[in-house]
Amino acid sequence: MIITAVVCFSITGLILGIILSIAGRYFNVKVDLREEKILDSLPGINCGACGYPGCGAYAAAIIEKKEELTKCIPGGNETAEKLGLIMGIQAGRMEKRVARVFCNGGRDKSPERFIYSGISSCTAVNITGGGNKACVYGCLGLGDCMRSCPFDAIVMRDDAIPHIDEEKCTSCGKCVIACPRQLIDIIPKDKKVIVACKSRDTGAEVRKNCTVGCTACKLCVKACSSQAITVEDNLACIHPSTCTLQKACIPTCPRHTIIEYPKTIS
Amino acid sequence: MELFLIFFAAMLVNNIILIRFLGLCPFFGVSNKIETSISMGLAVIFVMTLAVSVSWTIYHLILVPLDLIFLRTAFFILIIASLVQLVEMFLKKTSPTLYRALGIYLPLITTNCGILAVAFLNIDFEYSFLEGVIFALGASSGFVIAIVVFASLRERLERAPIPESFKGYPISFILASLLSLAFMGFAGMFGLQI
Repeated sequence: MIITAVVCFSITGLILGIILSIAGRYFNVKVDLREEKILDSLPGINCGACGYPGCGAYAAAIIEKKEELTKCIPGGNETAEKLGLIMGIQAGRMEKRVARVFCNGGRDKSPERFIYSGISSCTAVNITGGGNKACVYGCLGLGDCMRSCPFDAIVMRDDAIPHIDEEKCTSCGKCVIACPRQLIDIIPKDKKVIVACKSRDTGAEVRKNCTVGCTACKLCVKACSSQAITVEDNLACIHPSTCTLQKACIPTCPRHTIIEYPKTIS
Repeated sequence: MELFLIFFAAMLVNNIILIRFLGLCPFFGVSNKIETSISMGLAVIFVMTLAVSVSWTIYHLILVPLDLIFLRTAFFILIIASLVQLVEMFLKKTSPTLYRALGIYLPLITTNCGILAVAFLNIDFEYSFLEGVIFALGASSGFVIAIVVFASLRERLERAPIPESFKGYPISFILASLLSLAFMGFAGMFGLQI
């Protein structure tokens, strides 16, 4: 009885094993060994900043479609160099970029229009009567960006404006997508001066809604010696490529809209 | 009519997850999003039906004639594991897209006690081959229904104000038990008992 059992079991196991090995050879899929090494060099966070659904897909694209080696933003130059070594190509340099919030109108600067009681999400309050902030372009402060950051680089300040830790930020772009008012942009890290406002309202409207909003008075345009600022659609904008960080615009702005990073959490 | 009753009983009255409480690992692990739940469900249907048919055949052709019924646990696990490996290899070669969608779940299903349970129940109820296949199809469809419904509920749960100590698995378990209570309403339909 026991012998029959052992023999039967072993034979079945053996047959199944043989079937599997034959099938393995027959169904073999050629895998490029470099793909494994590339996958190991990538950060493995699957953030999608490269434009592919996950690190595995980006690794496959590098092998199959000879994709650019500099697409991994959280990996940065370190990863690009590693990939360059594996693929035997020179990877280009990437400049360090960070996400910055283009709104400084906290609760004390731009008041609430109504009391909101519902799903605690910026996207949700935005579709509820145009948001509960006096300025319809401003930050709603419920933290959609904070929750979208896979690196925990964003915290909400006391005045309900997000603060982005520039050391942790990898410019993956998830917060840019998360903000329903598109207040977060990714700019080069060394361009420290920005106009922290995205309001297209006229000066008179802005004065009513927010104490630090841009009224398009154009004083900053005149103050800038590099001509890096333009005013379009009632909003001043500093062009990162032209700005030479003279910082003459910061004291000139009568409403203190122009700010310099790194900011401290207030 | 007999076959319909077997199918209905396996799918709803004796739902493998909500009434028999088998195969709970993927039920709680994969039901975070509806899309992954559907993919998991389809993989389970495929593997369960195939595994049950093959194990029924092996049982009646080898184990019974040789009087080795006590070996059924070991044999069934061997068969299920090898079958899933085969399916994975086949899928990887023939359809990379499907492999990327379902492939990660296949090893999860190998160790799923639900598959083994259905194989055993099939033998215990003394079903014929056709009845066994219908039984497996019913049980796996029940799995799909349960996991998809639960996934939709869980997605809603993300936005609900839940106490901190209940967030995550505790509230999911409570939700699952409530769902199980609801499914007990099917007991007695067509004269079928739990």
